[in-house]
Amino acid sequence: MGGQDNNYLNTGKYQGILSWILSTDHKRIGVLYLVSVLSFFLSGVILGFLMRLELIAPGQTIVTAQTYNSLFTLHGIIMIFFFIIPGITASFGNFFLPIMIGARDVAFPRLNLLSWWLYIIAAVIALSTIFLPGGPPDGGWTFYPPYSIKSTTNISVAAAAAFVVGFSSILTGLNFVTTIHRLRAPGMKWMRMPLFPWTLYATSWVQILATPVLAITVLLLILERSLGIGFFDPAKGGDPIMFQHLFWIYSHPAVYIMILPAMGVISEIIPVFSRKSIFGYKAIVISTLSIAAVGYLVWGHHMFTSGMSDTARMIFSFFTFFVAVPSGIKVFNWISTMYKGSISLAPPMVFALFFIFLFSIGGLTGLANSSVAVNIHIHDTYFIVSHFHYVMFGGTGFAFFAALHYWYPKICGKMYNETLATVAGVIMFVGFNILYFPQFLLGWQGMPRRYYDYPAEFTTGNVISTVGSWILIAGILLMVFNLLRSLFSGKTADNNVWGGTTLEWQISSPPPVENFHEIPVIDGPPYRRKPEQ
Amino acid sequence: MERAAAADINAANHRDYAGAKLGMWIFLFTELLFFGGLFLLYAVYRSKYLAEFQNAATELNITIGAINTLILITSSLTMALSLSALKSGKKGHSLLFQALTIIFASAFLVVKYFEWTAKFSHGIWPGSPELTSQGEIIFYSLYFVMTGLHGLHVIIGIVAFAIILAMTNKNIINEGDYIKLENGGLYWHLVDIIWIYLFPLIYLIQ
Ligand code: HEM
Repeated sequence: MGGQDNNYLNTGKYQGILSWILSTDHKRIGVLYLVSVLSFFLSGVILGFLMRLELIAPGQTIVTAQTYNSLFTLHGIIMIFFFIIPGITASFGNFFLPIMIGARDVAFPRLNLLSWWLYIIAAVIALSTIFLPGGPPDGGWTFYPPYSIKSTTNISVAAAAAFVVGFSSILTGLNFVTTIHRLRAPGMKWMRMPLFPWTLYATSWVQILATPVLAITVLLLILERSLGIGFFDPAKGGDPIMFQHLFWIYSHPAVYIMILPAMGVISEIIPVFSRKSIFGYKAIVISTLSIAAVGYLVWGHHMFTSGMSDTARMIFSFFTFFVAVPSGIKVFNWISTMYKGSISLAPPMVFALFFIFLFSIGGLTGLANSSVAVNIHIHDTYFIVSHFHYVMFGGTGFAFFAALHYWYPKICGKMYNETLATVAGVIMFVGFNILYFPQFLLGWQGMPRRYYDYPAEFTTGNVISTVGSWILIAGILLMVFNLLRSLFSGKTADNNVWGGTTLEWQISSPPPVENFHEIPVIDGPPYRRKPEQ
Repeated sequence: MERAAAADINAANHRDYAGAKLGMWIFLFTELLFFGGLFLLYAVYRSKYLAEFQNAATELNITIGAINTLILITSSLTMALSLSALKSGKKGHSLLFQALTIIFASAFLVVKYFEWTAKFSHGIWPGSPELTSQGEIIFYSLYFVMTGLHGLHVIIGIVAFAIILAMTNKNIINEGDYIKLENGGLYWHLVDIIWIYLFPLIYLIQ
């Protein structure tokens, strides 16, 4: 591909596909993750498309109730465990973390490859449920008992997949924390580290400290189903609510695993395309760390209607409001960075702006959810479905696409068609809002989630929503087409296409095998601009 | 100074002891949180079924538990001795202590095996019809799951030490490069510490 001799794409220990799947080069592993994660995203999208098609009219349209149950469960499992959690961290994180801190690789390159393999094994396990007798899991990606104990579908297999992918996630976190502690280039003090590595640092800690709780939870679920240990079975003295607690002790911090790296990406992109240094570097760092910390104390807000004392509900509600503050701080920082900047609306920036818009809607409706009284009204309705798609898809998903367009020239050494990329982005943005905004209204009117059917009065909203999904998917396909085509016919990209200031833009595109011929010495903050730039 | 050292490490192909140890410690954190989920369940259910827990615990054999505690602590000692022997260049001693550690670890499992089979023959296993009260069911499930997962970690430890032993024998682990042995030791002490908590929680407090 790229023109430079001796870059990571044309130099490898093995030949052909082996040179990828056995490589310990963090850049190749990053690309492996990127391709895998994108494939799972597209498969999840197909499932989402099928569900929306079912919901275009009341009654049974294309699938049975049981198939619909499996569809949303598989869609949830794939999107959460195989797209959004590893998403930015394992792909762009793997590729750019070492480069941005001036290192030649991560601390444990072989462990890094093992993470990817575990991820793939987990994916195979998860997808095997479709073909095994018993059928794909139903009951949702949250595996709530008592239903998940009783269901005869392959819930244990799916839970085992979650266990294995969790292991992969822990290893990535462990690797990144050690890398950041040990391998920063000379002179790169903590407060000189770019913001993307900072968010990866916070994310990695959350991965390390939260994922084991998921591991034990799904393990106990498997034991519950196979041996009947009774921890979550009321007939045997257990308590299903304990499952919910353990599950959300992981899974709420996990939403910060999803969003923090996205915020890191946006913090890289906004200053580059505003031609300014980032506004309030320290505030972003501190808010990143505090989101990671306070994020542990809010899991109860998923369970306001499950049975909890009023005191507990008030405390969880308070912390949930509180955790919104650091996210708000970041939004203000990004806006202030743009203020009086010389803004260029290149595709990465367009996606970043869409992120800010969609994430703000998701975040603000999150505040509505976190007040107990409102929550009881909208719990388990389409308001929630809309809310989490706005945060996860509109937020992290769009940040992922922003990162893809921002770093594509660096990774591939090729440039894509910018106009087409922007057009695709705009189509996606429009489609996204047509798809999900009506769901806020439907949910507010009381349409419950996880049903293949609905009363006729909800028809209009659902039709609009389904049409939105078509527009959105058209945009996604256009984006993927544009990027794939440029692999073959794109122009060769300059080393610093966007005029970025961080280290990855100081080396050639695609980067050389060892990243740096000489380890750089850092003598200032990451986003400092020389006057002529 | 420290940073310059880090850069050297970069060049010298990732031979970073402090880094390897940091990674190991982080892994140990994850183990603690893993068992933490079980300790949480234990705390909740103990407060819910206090009388039944106290009653069920009297069924367990404190002597056997104590013997196993002793075995495990001794194995941690031999583990530590093998490391210091290697550090001072006594490869033979180190190998001997490593072998002893494996033997103690296996002895622990043998005792555990007899303890479990004795329970089974009394009709006690998860889901057994002879367990009547809900508190009893939960207590014994906790007993089997907690000691079972701990036992699994002991097995993993034995496998790890077998590999470490072979590597020491072939001088891959040696006086100047003993990080794998040291990390194996850290893991083993963790397995030990978890047992130190399990023993009183399950056997002693009644
Ligand atoms: C074109 C894209 C997508 C479409 C059309 C779509 C559509 C849907 C639909 C129809 C549901 C089921 C709602 C219900 O019956 O309760 C759903 C659930 C869900 N979606 Fe998506 N979705 C898309 C993308 C995503 C993405 C990118 C993510 C994550 C990053 C995501 C995460 C989830 C989750 C976690 C659930 C809940 C599953 C459950 O209830 O267990 N979706 N989605």
